Amino acid sequence: MAAVSGSAPRVRDGVRAALPLVPGPVLFGLTFGVLAQAAGMSVAATVVMSGTTFAGSAQFAAVSVLEDGGTVVAAILSAILLNARYAGMSVAVASVFPGSRVRRFFESQLIVDESWALSGRSGRFEWPILVGAGLLLYVLWVPSTALGMILGEGLGDPNDLGLDAAFAALFLALARPYLRGRRALEAAALAAGITLVLLPFAPAGVPLILAAVACLLGLRR
Amino acid sequence: MSDVWIVVIVVGAATALFKAAGPVFLGRRRLPTRIDAVVVLIAPVMLTALVVSQTFGGDEEIAVDARVPGVAAAGVAIWRGAPIVPAMAIAAIVTALIRLVA
Repeated sequence: MAAVSGSAPRVRDGVRAALPLVPGPVLFGLTFGVLAQAAGMSVAATVVMSGTTFAGSAQFAAVSVLEDGGTVVAAILSAILLNARYAGMSVAVASVFPGSRVRRFFESQLIVDESWALSGRSGRFEWPILVGAGLLLYVLWVPSTALGMILGEGLGDPNDLGLDAAFAALFLALARPYLRGRRALEAAALAAGITLVLLPFAPAGVPLILAAVACLLGLRR
Repeated sequence: MSDVWIVVIVVGAATALFKAAGPVFLGRRRLPTRIDAVVVLIAPVMLTALVVSQTFGGDEEIAVDARVPGVAAAGVAIWRGAPIVPAMAIAAIVTALIRLVA
């Protein structure tokens, strides 16, 4: 990673750090576009959603609820619950954002799972890594979702290609550097247990939110 | 306004506020040490929960299907030091092959 030599990382180091992830947002974006088209969304609605929400899992949750004939409220709640984790994640990186309130607002929109995870890999959060990685992911994500809509059914069923398993592997690879030390391993194991227990009962997104309780293990001396 | 646009706008606005919560409202103030000890656990906890829900999540059920061997194979590769893209490819190929055969 950057900054090992002692020189401060730059935004372009963040872009570089995110390069290995490029297939992720592109394939995930194409997949989302296909789903959005199946749910009857317009290209405009899809692009606006990708540009403002910019969080694949929540977008997927909301649109799949709509496609399954769920209510507007259910679609909104599942996405909001999934994205509530960003409140905790943004608090974690709050102190590294420079500049005015307006600038911090716009740059904070680049917080996504991948950019956030990459920016903390050196042991403390680095703003240039988060912004560089977030920018690259953003410029790939938004057009990919639009392209997915246009390609539509021609793409076939994305799960035939094993994309759902690939996303689990992506999150696992991102988790790997954090799974060091007894406390982190215990908290991760507890989170996995909570998620597994809740998956059969709770609506989409709720297991993720409640798994966050495992972070409270940090309060132990 | 159509249902789709209501979802797009409400979810977009809520997400923007979640993401801005720390940098805009907390600013440069540091968190107390005890809170910090909780915050450092957010990454391993949330990423692990995402792995589990992506691997076993179904329509309000636990689904043990072709994803499991795919993710397990990727897990072995990751623990042996495989980078992200090969790990994702391994998961996708194993899962897709099993679905093809099944």
